[in-house]
Amino acid sequence: MVAHLLNLKWRLLLNGFKRSPWQLVGMALGLLYALGLLVLLVGGLIALRWADPEIAHTVVVLGGAAAVLGWAIIPLVASAADMTLDPARFTTFAILPRQLLTGLALAGFIGVPGLATLLAALGTVGTWWRSFPAVAGALLGAVLGAVTCIVLSKVVTTATAGLASSRRFKDVSSIIVFIPLVLLGPIMMGIIDGVRGSADYLPVLARAVSWTPLGAAWSLGGDLESGNVAAAGIKFLISAATIAGLLLCWHVLLQRALVTPPYSGGSAKKGGKLGLFGLLPGTPAGAVASRALIYWMKDPRYAASLVIVPLFPVLFFFSGSQSGSYGLLMILGPLTAFVMAWSICADVSYDNTAFALHLAAGVRGIDDRLGRALACLAISLPVVLVFTVGPLFVTGDWQWLPNLLGLSLGTLFTGLGLSSVISARYNIAVPLPGDSPFKKPPGNVAQTLAVQAIGMGVLALLLVPELALVAVQAFSGGQEAGWINLAVGPLLGVILFVVGVRLGGKWLDARGPEMFAELSVNR
Amino acid sequence: MAALSIRGLAKRFGEKIAVDGVSLEVPAGSFYGMVGPNGAGKTTTLSMATGLLRPDFGTALIHGVDVWARPLEAKRLMGVLPDGVRLFDRLTGEQLVTYSGLLRGMDREVVGSRVPELLAALDLQADAGTLVVDYSAGMTKKIALASALIHAPRLLVLDEPFESVDPVSAANIRGILEGYVASGGTVIVSSHVMDLVQRMCSHVAVVAGGRVLAAGSVDEVRDGSTLEERFVQLVGGGHRTEGLEWLRTF
Repeated sequence: MVAHLLNLKWRLLLNGFKRSPWQLVGMALGLLYALGLLVLLVGGLIALRWADPEIAHTVVVLGGAAAVLGWAIIPLVASAADMTLDPARFTTFAILPRQLLTGLALAGFIGVPGLATLLAALGTVGTWWRSFPAVAGALLGAVLGAVTCIVLSKVVTTATAGLASSRRFKDVSSIIVFIPLVLLGPIMMGIIDGVRGSADYLPVLARAVSWTPLGAAWSLGGDLESGNVAAAGIKFLISAATIAGLLLCWHVLLQRALVTPPYSGGSAKKGGKLGLFGLLPGTPAGAVASRALIYWMKDPRYAASLVIVPLFPVLFFFSGSQSGSYGLLMILGPLTAFVMAWSICADVSYDNTAFALHLAAGVRGIDDRLGRALACLAISLPVVLVFTVGPLFVTGDWQWLPNLLGLSLGTLFTGLGLSSVISARYNIAVPLPGDSPFKKPPGNVAQTLAVQAIGMGVLALLLVPELALVAVQAFSGGQEAGWINLAVGPLLGVILFVVGVRLGGKWLDARGPEMFAELSVNR
Repeated sequence: MAALSIRGLAKRFGEKIAVDGVSLEVPAGSFYGMVGPNGAGKTTTLSMATGLLRPDFGTALIHGVDVWARPLEAKRLMGVLPDGVRLFDRLTGEQLVTYSGLLRGMDREVVGSRVPELLAALDLQADAGTLVVDYSAGMTKKIALASALIHAPRLLVLDEPFESVDPVSAANIRGILEGYVASGGTVIVSSHVMDLVQRMCSHVAVVAGGRVLAAGSVDEVRDGSTLEERFVQLVGGGHRTEGLEWLRTF
């Protein structure tokens, strides 16, 4: 039975490649990436062979503990849990729990992350290639450690499977993880600073961690090398007990999961609340705008593109405080205008086949375009204004205010107009509705990149007047160009906005069914 | 004048000819069933007739209005329930139906008075404020149906409307549709359930392999036998199952 389960997992992995050549390319890239990381990791571990045993021990224990923690946490927040062998699918087959557990645990090693973890763990054998007991200890520790990783991740995913299938939890968790991701640079710097300051503290931490379930297995090689047989014995017992305990937990959770259908979130709610549909004008364009605004708030994919925006000032301010010059803050407004206006390029792609409603209802292209663009404008205009004026309080360069306002508003309106044209014609690879904003989108990524690159080139061309006026002020220092830009930017922007909405509407009227056919491919 | 008149519609996807010259006349005031095996081209035909998929050849007229020459005018006359498409499911049920009314340029007061009535008729009033993404499969079907009914169209095109709908709701939907037909509306449904079509529909077309095998009033088409027997006879492929003896020897 265990062999059957392993075979099944292997088959599923291979058949995944068969679906499309692009799948294979993506998988190959991922594999290459993992392989590079793995070579670095194993190489580093082997290099530690010539390091001081104390340092080697510290690195191996802390690294191993981090890996165990990673296996517990990453599948949750990244919605990346490997559910190809979802235990719920075996409900109707009478498989002994013991066999199911063994099979699923071993199958966890088939696949890139599991295999990489196992190989990296075995790399510690290289670190302890110093004496026979150390090698034996490291080998045993590597196997125990890798198994702990897999089983712990299974326990966590099984325990939260019910919770994680509730939509709200998924929505929230997949956005929250964005924040540390964007702040990764500052966070890394902070960690490096901290480590530099407290390098002496790490061995103490490693020694403490090595007595916990997180680090016990990874400590076996080091302890045997330094002759601490008693400590190694106890740590072996700790790690074995950890695995046994986790297996027991998993067993109990599986028993429960197999007889409890997944939680299907939310209770029935009475109606009577139309929200924005009751507030905005009751015209087709108004309805589209209301719907788009609701999606900006509720769909994590839209929210993900919004979450980045408040992080810009944080990042710029941080880099400013590092370098001592806050000049970068000046581009905050125009940059935000660009990012927010550009985000609706993918608007129709985000709809996916729900776009059928617009098509079947016979919505005029111009109403569709206008509603979506106005919804984006309603959100972005206040943000862009605040982000254009706000930095000047820090830098004090008030002579730039009119010019920057002109550039920001010009960028915003021109960008919205151009996005309205692009999203009427080109389908962009985006995550499907309900999927995590992180999930690799299906569809033609090459076309998406080409459309984005060309679109940005066109936008830069359309913004030449505003950019030139900024350059004039930068070189001459006079404010006249700024005041001209304050008039030119919004005026030209609004004209291009109207042209874009009209042209996009015309294209959508002409090619709506073709657009829908393209969308139906990735459902 | 026919409510829907399809002439020589054809569509090819790559090598596969999905619809191979389908012509149908759906009389106004009829309850028209479209039956056929899986992959017969029902959904493709209905998509082309409703302006969702551009045909390679042929025309479709809704009460005399060419769907592909004057799409906005034709679409105003019909309500469509497409099969296998997503909905704007981050809206509540009530918001979705309102949205679908407003998109068609309806007055907000009229929409506001129709929505609660529609939801009550489809047993959805208790979940009016629930997000559609949290609906069950059957509830999702019903809310999509409500979105197709809100503007009181003259023609309803429903692709698999009864799939995963519970029997009580299915009976309610049938009641609504029969009343609608009785007052002069026209309904086209595609379905796999022969029994249902035989009881419910006045007319039927049997489609297989992208062609119409038989079309007309239900009594003409079934010609004395049950619709199911006639269907199997027309489409072929029904066979007495030989073998499988081991299935009887536990």
